[in-house]
Amino acid sequence: MSATPLRVATAAYDVERVRRDFPILARTVHGKPLTYLDSAASSQRPLAVIRAVDDYESRSHANVHRGVHALSQEATAAFEGARERVRRFINARSTREIIFTRGTTEGINLVAQSYGRARLGPGDEILITALEHHANIVPWQMVRDATGCSLVVAPIDTAGELIMEEFHRLLTPRTRLVAVAHVSNALGTVLPVAEIITAAHARGVPVLVDGAQAVPHTRVDVQALGADFYAFSAHKLYGPTGIGVLYGREELLTQMPPWQGGGDMILTVTFERTTYNELPYKFEAGTPNISGAVGLGAAIDYVESLGIDAIATHEHGLLEAATAALTQIPGLRLIGTARHKAAVVSFVMEGIHPHDLGTILDAEGVAVRTGHHCAQPVMDFFGIPATARASFACYNTLAEVQQLAAALRHAQEVFG
Amino acid sequence: MELKDLYRDVILDHNRQPRNFGRLDPADATADGHNPLCGDRLTVSLRLAGDTIADIRFEGKGCAISTASASLMSEAVKGHDRAAVHDLFTRVHALLTQPEAPADESLGKLAALSGVREFPSRVKCASLCWHTLNAALEHGGTISTEAGNEASSEGTR
Repeated sequence: MSATPLRVATAAYDVERVRRDFPILARTVHGKPLTYLDSAASSQRPLAVIRAVDDYESRSHANVHRGVHALSQEATAAFEGARERVRRFINARSTREIIFTRGTTEGINLVAQSYGRARLGPGDEILITALEHHANIVPWQMVRDATGCSLVVAPIDTAGELIMEEFHRLLTPRTRLVAVAHVSNALGTVLPVAEIITAAHARGVPVLVDGAQAVPHTRVDVQALGADFYAFSAHKLYGPTGIGVLYGREELLTQMPPWQGGGDMILTVTFERTTYNELPYKFEAGTPNISGAVGLGAAIDYVESLGIDAIATHEHGLLEAATAALTQIPGLRLIGTARHKAAVVSFVMEGIHPHDLGTILDAEGVAVRTGHHCAQPVMDFFGIPATARASFACYNTLAEVQQLAAALRHAQEVFG
Repeated sequence: MELKDLYRDVILDHNRQPRNFGRLDPADATADGHNPLCGDRLTVSLRLAGDTIADIRFEGKGCAISTASASLMSEAVKGHDRAAVHDLFTRVHALLTQPEAPADESLGKLAALSGVREFPSRVKCASLCWHTLNAALEHGGTISTEAGNEASSEGTR
């Protein structure tokens, strides 16, 4: 990217106006203005999302897909409207391919339990990467233990990039499924998912993409990407917690058995047999998170109103500034220096444990995540127990990057 | 909430230069402590003379609070018997968790940990070593702050 369009795009992006959309950003923490740099864990919600949920709860709530009364129809229209909004956002062919879940984790578990358990056995391999979040490791270990298949892990290098030669070598005739993160939550590495999918499809292997960290920062077109499954959460996309999406190619979803049984996922039930509902309802047992879906729809509207490309450009500017500022701090080591990164800086500081850093930064009003980020194998690879991680979103500013750097220098003073 | 109450000079000093750091080999009792939420790990090894802690070492990786607390503990318990150690633990625990615990002169340098109670997310950092010592004295093995034992009910992370 050349410098000129970046400057133009940044100038057009009015971050102060964006900040006014997020009521929580006006509060103080320990008497200091809040500097929220933990959006990779959970982003904050704009007023548009808060109001959409409030509006639904205040005016339209009833159970969906049953009842002929007005409220049930309004609730169903709002819920299914959100599904269509999600479909357009990720460019799925049909709303039959959009399954509402509790979040990314549940989406991956659904594929593991429904697709994995039914199809995998001894001699089969699931290929993941060393960058995965626990949510894209543990469900596959459960499938491995239930079916006798193997879990194969493609390694990373010291920059935190997937070693593609190794990935290609490990993709073999035994590989039955590839499951990879689109963006690493611990390091920010953007994985070459298009190349991964092309290689896997050349062998007839389907690919699940954990898109939790990608969807808020980059336009995702599931058809262009060719992903067979794509899972993400609303709460990292400025939406509510407890709601997420699993996209699945209709051809695969049709063949898959239901995962959970209950209401809404059936057509007819007798004590002898049950016929399952059509897609996507086959995978949505029980009353869903209706207000969550409404909030997700509003969050997508909000993101589109800013423009996901404009957000990405803004965040890239913050990443470059943060990388430059942190590199200036003696004793600070960046963990994860991939060429393509989302706006995440993970780091350790000589002589100061990440948890002490987290506490000292918190006292300055700066919220960062400290710990293993649910990616213990990544920490083990770098030989560290934990990192501090600052992650940036549409509402963060260059001044906040400077706040972070100043707070880190203050931590060094405290520890003398 | 004052940072300087948490990171007092005594704490920073014991973090930089932990006392009794290392491992006794052979040891009469050892135990491992683990806080899986933050990755802190600690091993306490003891040499016992009857009921008395004749010598103690600890090793592991952790934050300043966890390292300093273990270091201060090791100095405080050396030469004391089980009953005295148990009594000390009870008073340290009160210091760490009770908002208005009165100043306890008999705690000596351990009183430097009193700032921790203003930081609920850090209480487990300070208490991990004591739970580990307890385990070493009672049965050995491994304790975890998240395994449904007493240690898991303190504070949050």
